[in-house]
Amino acid sequence: MSSTILELHNVSKIYGNLKALADINLSVNAGDWLSIMGPSGSGKTTMINIIGCMDTPSVGSVILDGVDISKENAASLTRIRRDKIGLIFQQFHLISYLTAVENVMVAQYYHSMPDEEEAMEALAKVGLADRARHLPAQLSGGEQQRVCIARALINSPQILLGDEPTGNLDEENEGIVVDIFRRLHEEGVTIIVVTHDPEVGDVAQRKIVLEHGRIVDDIDQSATFGEALKLKSNVSV
Amino acid sequence: MFWRMITKTLIRQKGKMLMIAFTVILGVSLSTAMMNVMLGVGDKVNRELKVYGANITVRHKDAALMNDLYGLSGQGVNDKFLHEEDVLKLKSIFWGFNILDFAPMLDGHASLNDGEDVQLVGTWPEKNTTLPTGEELHTGFNALRTWWEISGEWLGENDDEAVMVGHMLASDKGIKAGDTITLNGKAFKVKGIFNDGGNDDSKILMTLPAVQDIMNLQGKVSAIEVSALTTPDNDLARKAAQNPSSLSPDEYETWYCTAYVSAICHQIQEVIRDGVAKPVRQVAESEGTILNKTTLLMILITILSSIGSALAISNLITASVIERSQELGLLKALGAYNWQIVLLVLVEVMMTGLLGGVFGYFLGIGFAQIIGQTVFGSYIEIARMVILIVAVILFFVTLFGSIPAIRYLMALKPTEVLHGK
Repeated sequence: MSSTILELHNVSKIYGNLKALADINLSVNAGDWLSIMGPSGSGKTTMINIIGCMDTPSVGSVILDGVDISKENAASLTRIRRDKIGLIFQQFHLISYLTAVENVMVAQYYHSMPDEEEAMEALAKVGLADRARHLPAQLSGGEQQRVCIARALINSPQILLGDEPTGNLDEENEGIVVDIFRRLHEEGVTIIVVTHDPEVGDVAQRKIVLEHGRIVDDIDQSATFGEALKLKSNVSV
Repeated sequence: MFWRMITKTLIRQKGKMLMIAFTVILGVSLSTAMMNVMLGVGDKVNRELKVYGANITVRHKDAALMNDLYGLSGQGVNDKFLHEEDVLKLKSIFWGFNILDFAPMLDGHASLNDGEDVQLVGTWPEKNTTLPTGEELHTGFNALRTWWEISGEWLGENDDEAVMVGHMLASDKGIKAGDTITLNGKAFKVKGIFNDGGNDDSKILMTLPAVQDIMNLQGKVSAIEVSALTTPDNDLARKAAQNPSSLSPDEYETWYCTAYVSAICHQIQEVIRDGVAKPVRQVAESEGTILNKTTLLMILITILSSIGSALAISNLITASVIERSQELGLLKALGAYNWQIVLLVLVEVMMTGLLGGVFGYFLGIGFAQIIGQTVFGSYIEIARMVILIVAVILFFVTLFGSIPAIRYLMALKPTEVLHGK
C-alpha cells in the first residue's frame, strides 16, 4: 500500500473578500499521478503554489512528507521546496543566457553542487543530449519544456509539480511531454499537474476538478488510465 | 556556476553595466581628483599665498617686548639688535626646507639733500649664496614684496651705492628713477621708485651694508622677515603656541615635527641668538583659513559626487533588477535563499563598480594633473592613500546605491513574477 505524501486539511486561501481556495481537503499518495482541472479563476494555480511551498494557506494545514508546511517560515519553505519539489512552468522560465545544460545545473547549484555529467544525463533522459549546449532561444517550445522537466527532476524531488506544462506546446510536443510523465510515473515519481487540457487531464490516474476554489469532482481514472495514456503518448522520444 | 552566471549576466547586460560603470567612473574620477588636489594642495596654496609677503617676523627679544607691549617697532625703539651672521642659519632648522624666502632688515635714518631727516630700510634686496650644506640659496627682499609696483629697477645684490625711494617721498621731493640723491652727504643713485601701498612709501630702501655703514651698526639687523610654508593651526598648535613646555613628550614630538607656524617660530628661536620669532597673525591665519576652506570645498564636492553616483547607481540597479525579476524569481523558486540572490546581484554590481573604479581612478589622476597645471602651474603629487579612500567610498556608494534593489529582491515573490500575478 502507498504512503501518503501530501495532505491538505481544510485549506483556504483568502485575498480580502475573495476566497481563492475554500476548505480544500485532499490526500495524495506517493507515486500518484494527479491532474487538477478547472476553469480560469477556480484556484488551480493558488493550490499548486501552496503545494509547491511558494505560498501559504490562510486557514488549514498542508502536510508534505510528514511536515506541516503551513507553519513554516519563508526560509524553511525555500529549503523544503528545493529538497522535495520539482517545478515545471507553462512559460518554461529558462534563463535566456545560459545553455540547456547550464539551466539544469542552476537547480543543482541551489540544491547542492552542480554536476555537469549528471545534468547531461537528465537532459538525455528527456531526449535532449544533443541540444545541451544550445541557448533557450535556439530550442523549440517542446525542447524548452523538456529542459524545464530535466531541471525539475535533477534533484530527485518527491513531487513533480506542473503548472500547465503543455499549455504552450503543439500536439506533438504535448505527446512527448506526456510520455515523459508516463515514464516518470512508472519510476514512482509523484506527479501533480494543473491543466486546462482535458486530454492531458484524462491521462492522469486521478483527476480533481476545481470551481470557485472548491473541489467539485474527484475522479479515479485508474480503470481508463493505461488506455488514455497509450492514446496520448503515442509519440516516442 | 556562480561565476558563470555572473560572467554571462555581465556580458548579456553590458549596456546597463556600462552605464553603471560610467556613473562610477564619473564619481570616482571626481573624488580621486578632489582628494589628490586636497592632499597635494596645501603647499601649493601656501606658495600662492606667499605673494602676500612674510608670515613670520624675528626681532631681538627686547625689541619684541616693546612691540608686544606698546606696538612700537622700527628705528629708535630699541638699541638691541640681531646678528647678521645668524640669518642664514634659518635654513638649517628642522623645517628649513619650508623656509621659502627671508631677508634681514635694519632701520635707520639720514639727512636728505635738503637736510630733512628720512627713514631708511636696509635689507638684502637679493641674496644668492651657497649654504654650508652645499644648497644654492636665492632669496631676498624682492621675493617678499612681489606686489610692489616699481618705476625703474629693483636694487641688485651689491648695489651699495644705489637706493629705491618710496613713491610718497619721491613725489614730495620730486625724485625720479635715475636721479642722484645725497644721504648724510654721500651720493646714491635712485634705481627705482616703489609703491608699497603702506608706511614704507615714505622710506628709502637700501642694501643692508649701506645702512649699516650710515648707522655704524656693522653686522647688526633689527629684524628678519620670513616667508614659510606652514600647516594650519589646530588645538595642539594653539596649546604649544601658549607654552611649548606644557606639552607631553609625544605631543611635543608631534608638534615639533609638524610645520605649524608656532613650531617653525620655536625652531627659528633656537638658531637666532636673542631672537624672538612671531607669526604675522593676519597672514598666517588667512593662509590657514583659506586652506581649510579649500579643503572643505573639496570634501563637499567629493561627498556630493558620491551621493550623486549612489543615486544614479541606485536607479540603474533597480531598473536592471526589475527587468530581471522573472529570472531572479525563478532562482527563488528553484530554492535560492534571499541572501544568495542578493549576493549574486551585489557581486555583479561590485564587479562593474570595480571596473569603473579603476578607470575612474586613473581618469581622476588625469583631472588632478589638469587642475594642478591650470591652477598651480605644477603637477599634483599622487597620494597612495587616495586609492584606499576611493575604494572605501566606492564600496559604500555601490552598497548604498543597491539598497532599493536589495529591498525589492527581498520582497520579490516567485509566484508573482512566474505566474504574472
